[in-house]
Amino acid sequence: MNCEEASILLHALIDGELDAGHARDVEAHIATCPNCAAQLREFQEFRNAMTPARLLHTAPMSLRSRIEGKLPARRAAGSNRRSVIKGFAVGATASALAASGLLVMVMRTDDERRILGEVVSAHLRSLQAQHLTDVPSSDQHMVKPWFNGRLDVAPPVIDLTAQGFTLLGGRLDYVDAKPVAAIVYRRRVHVINLFCAPAPGSSKRKSAMESLHGFNVRSWTENGLNLWAVSDINADELTEFGEKFEAALRQ
Amino acid sequence: MAGGAANGSDGGKAERFKELALPHLDAIYTLARYLLRSTSDADDAVQECYLRAFCHFDSFRGGPIKPWLLAILRNVCHASYAGNARLVYAADTGSELDNSQAKPIWREDSETPEQTVLRRHESETMRRLIGELPTEFREVIVLREINDLSYRDIATVIAAPIGTVMSRLARGRKMLRDAWIAAEGGGSP
Repeated sequence: MNCEEASILLHALIDGELDAGHARDVEAHIATCPNCAAQLREFQEFRNAMTPARLLHTAPMSLRSRIEGKLPARRAAGSNRRSVIKGFAVGATASALAASGLLVMVMRTDDERRILGEVVSAHLRSLQAQHLTDVPSSDQHMVKPWFNGRLDVAPPVIDLTAQGFTLLGGRLDYVDAKPVAAIVYRRRVHVINLFCAPAPGSSKRKSAMESLHGFNVRSWTENGLNLWAVSDINADELTEFGEKFEAALRQ
Repeated sequence: MAGGAANGSDGGKAERFKELALPHLDAIYTLARYLLRSTSDADDAVQECYLRAFCHFDSFRGGPIKPWLLAILRNVCHASYAGNARLVYAADTGSELDNSQAKPIWREDSETPEQTVLRRHESETMRRLIGELPTEFREVIVLREINDLSYRDIATVIAAPIGTVMSRLARGRKMLRDAWIAAEGGGSP
């Protein structure tokens, strides 16, 4: 391999895009060529200096609403239910997850729909500057006691950094005119709000994934708590978050 | 098969589309902002992208939807705006409302206020320098470094072979790094 080839391939090496054979070739060249070795080091350092989260542009809420307004609205529940059944019958490309999401939407009571809207609104509010956390800390032992005396329940605050979800802190928020705990996580550049409220009467309910205004919401009930995880990460990743949280909760 | 189901239920199709496509809005918007002259052009292009994508949703073959959407956005940008002007990056000006939204909403762990200011300054410089790259390098840099796409997905978006992606990325990074060193005056000799 010559330097010209290496100067291109070293980028693929940095990006983890080379197969084992080519990676060995580049590394072998770099081991014997101080010039290319220096380039590799410089570009690695440069790459580390770029913080993608700070270079991303966040779409304004007005644009999100504008796009949603231009797309066809959901139909009345009756026809929707038929279309869901039809979707199952013909095996449409909608994944099982999307289909079950629709089904949940059809079955949902108006009350649940309103609360879903409130949870998404609370998530949106939290994304405005300075609203994300009341107690910014990645230490669960700082965040958990902060809720003492502020709520009727002790919300589970679990550090999931090792599982790829960084704890950012906690906040007091309101859903359905009642105070709730919001525990805030970060996944890459995305924020996840986990809302916790007491669930009188019900101790366990299976999780449901829904989406509203382009945000995904995973809701479930466990240990006498209603939990909603809200984020713009995709449904698969939010499911992963929910499952890891549940697993950690049981430990 | 998919078309048959979609015919009867526009609402269902729209729900499915929203669920799949809207979570990528920030990634789409980011590419639009780096490609176009003004924030309102970016808004219009993103909206156009989503409407076109919805129209052609039946032809979407599954797989990751993000590269598919980004390819549509790129076509919209090139088709609508390349005619009247070169694609120019819209730098944030201090007066724009959007400026506050662009700030990250968390602080890095154990970062002092001074470091926060410094990092913000550095990010603004980096945004500007990326925006000053020629379009063909700018788009691969944004897709790789900010939108975190694989080479294969970038190749899909820009409709070019992977070899082209690799050479543009290598040249683009070199230009960007040289410009960064010139602007910040630091770094290596």
